[in-house]
Amino acid sequence: MALLEVREVTKKFGELVANDRVSFTVETGTIVGLIGPNGAGKTTLFNCITGLYPADGGAIHFDGREITALKPYEIARRGAVRTFQVVRPLKEMTVFDNVLVGAFLKTGDRRAAAARAEECLSICNLTSFRDRPAGGLPIGGKKRLEMARALATRPKLLMLDEVMAGMTSTEINASVEVILRLRDSGITLMIVEHVMEGIMPIADKVVVLDGGIKIAEDAPGNIVNDERVIEAYLGPKYSQRFKARREGADLG
Amino acid sequence: MNPKEANRVLGKDGPWLVFAALLFVMPFVPFVGENSFRMHIMILILLFAAMSQAWNIIGGYCGQVSFGHSVFFGIGAYGAGMAVVAYGVPPWPGILTGMIVAAAVAVIISWPCFKLSGHYFAIATFAIVEIFNRGFLVWDWVGGALGLDYPLVEEGLWNLMWHDSKTGYYYCALVLFLITFGLVRWLEGHRFGYYLRAVREGQETAESLGVNSTAVKLAAMALSAALAALCGAFFVQYNLRVDPPMVMSLDMSMKFVLITVLGGSGTLVGPLLGATVLIPLQEYSRALWGGLGGGVDLIVFGLLIIIIVVKQPAGIIGIIRDIGKHAARRRAAGKEEADHGAP
Ligand SMILES: Nc1ncnc2c1ncn2[C@@H]1O[C@H](COP(=O)(O)OP(=O)(O)O)[C@@H](O)[C@H]1O
Ligand SMILES: [Mg+2]
Repeated sequence: MALLEVREVTKKFGELVANDRVSFTVETGTIVGLIGPNGAGKTTLFNCITGLYPADGGAIHFDGREITALKPYEIARRGAVRTFQVVRPLKEMTVFDNVLVGAFLKTGDRRAAAARAEECLSICNLTSFRDRPAGGLPIGGKKRLEMARALATRPKLLMLDEVMAGMTSTEINASVEVILRLRDSGITLMIVEHVMEGIMPIADKVVVLDGGIKIAEDAPGNIVNDERVIEAYLGPKYSQRFKARREGADLG
Repeated sequence: MNPKEANRVLGKDGPWLVFAALLFVMPFVPFVGENSFRMHIMILILLFAAMSQAWNIIGGYCGQVSFGHSVFFGIGAYGAGMAVVAYGVPPWPGILTGMIVAAAVAVIISWPCFKLSGHYFAIATFAIVEIFNRGFLVWDWVGGALGLDYPLVEEGLWNLMWHDSKTGYYYCALVLFLITFGLVRWLEGHRFGYYLRAVREGQETAESLGVNSTAVKLAAMALSAALAALCGAFFVQYNLRVDPPMVMSLDMSMKFVLITVLGGSGTLVGPLLGATVLIPLQEYSRALWGGLGGGVDLIVFGLLIIIIVVKQPAGIIGIIRDIGKHAARRRAAGKEEADHGAP
């Protein structure tokens, strides 16, 4: 069963159509990648799904119910929780308190919430920053904090918006490990990555946006050979060269 | 509770619990003395610390700077005043009514105002003080511009009135102080307290984590207003009269804000630190330069605030923390030197 179903979602900013009748599904227990060049409308789509922006058209269903017109906090309470690409630490609160706020979603008990927060800090490798003000973290730490805080809410669907951007390759590898562990623990993930290499090895399915339009939805193995995707990423000239080379290779 | 946690709680609460205990014995110390000017100042410090702590809930912890709190303070004062003056009963039912009405008014006013962000919210609360001030000035039922003058009734807790000695008022102010500080201390460790700070630090972020920020702000406002009304009720019982400019004025509103900001807004001890500095300053400058006309105290307040905001925006608590950090650094440096010095 699909945990998330996005149907014909449209979002306009004046003349600009940031999402143009986008449809896809996210199956329970899978990792879905959402990729596309800068400005393709990935973050906007996240904003529509999580209720930050009202969609101009279309419908979104989550966990068997329509969430299209719900407020952000209502959607979070139902279990779809996201991170922000432009990090938003609760600056003057400590790293631990940031995560605690997330943990309070599922329990009002301070001790249970604290235990959950510690667990998420440890999963996201933040324990050493525990008592620091969140505003003072290095960017990689802030990205991990976004993830730990969302994770602390015990979401059904965790939506990550470019958490690996700005990370070193060691950090990326660690994040990939974490993501796989979360998937194994039963969390469904939807991951926006601008960089294809970060998401391709772990995704069950990849959705590609370009100019607000969905141009592909397929297994990663098929996506990397999809002409429209290559064209979107590298431009028509390179795409043709790439095609010619591949055909040459096929001949040879 | 494990020992480590117990230590942490004691470390945080110890100092101010000791302080509260000190306050209890204070009136028995001959140095302070009965009925003195100092006793009056102690009462005002406790009252304004309590009142500023009430403001701190919404203005400091939740970050919604309100200049409208003198309205809630005034509603509480009029609640008690009407019970005593108009109905001839003890103030208690009036205090309760005042708290409920203040909370209700706060919610009704805040609902549209919270749609405004940042500075616009603060400006809207300014206007509300004027509206209530003018309204009460022409409202005959509550005494209009003349206000309410208390009859002399039997003294004691039942009537919340004392004639000769200020000791009774002192202990009431202390209870008020303990109620507000205890409540805020309790909030700090609970979900609601974390949600308050989360909303201050980033409303959209808090919402993305399932926090209904509007509900949090309205609840904080209602709680803050009810406590403000309680403080206002004490104020009228202490002064034995009330009129609109005494309670519902921008001067009064500013005082709550300035005390909290000076001490350190969004911190537990901030309102106490602020009141301890500003109230004596106000009373002594009034006593010294009262002849120059009203507002001398406000000039002094204003100057202090400018200095604080320029020097240390986190307030007195920030200065204390800086000193602590400085000392720790020097200790660490000293230790290092000693380590290096050792052969
Ligand atoms: N709040 C907004 N107001 C106006 N235009 C916006 C807004 N948010 C995004 N856009 C525009 O929508 C397009 C898609 O942006 P975005 O969703 O951030 O892309 P991506 O996340 O794929 O890089 C861009 O052209 C961007 O400038
Ligand atoms: Mg983006």
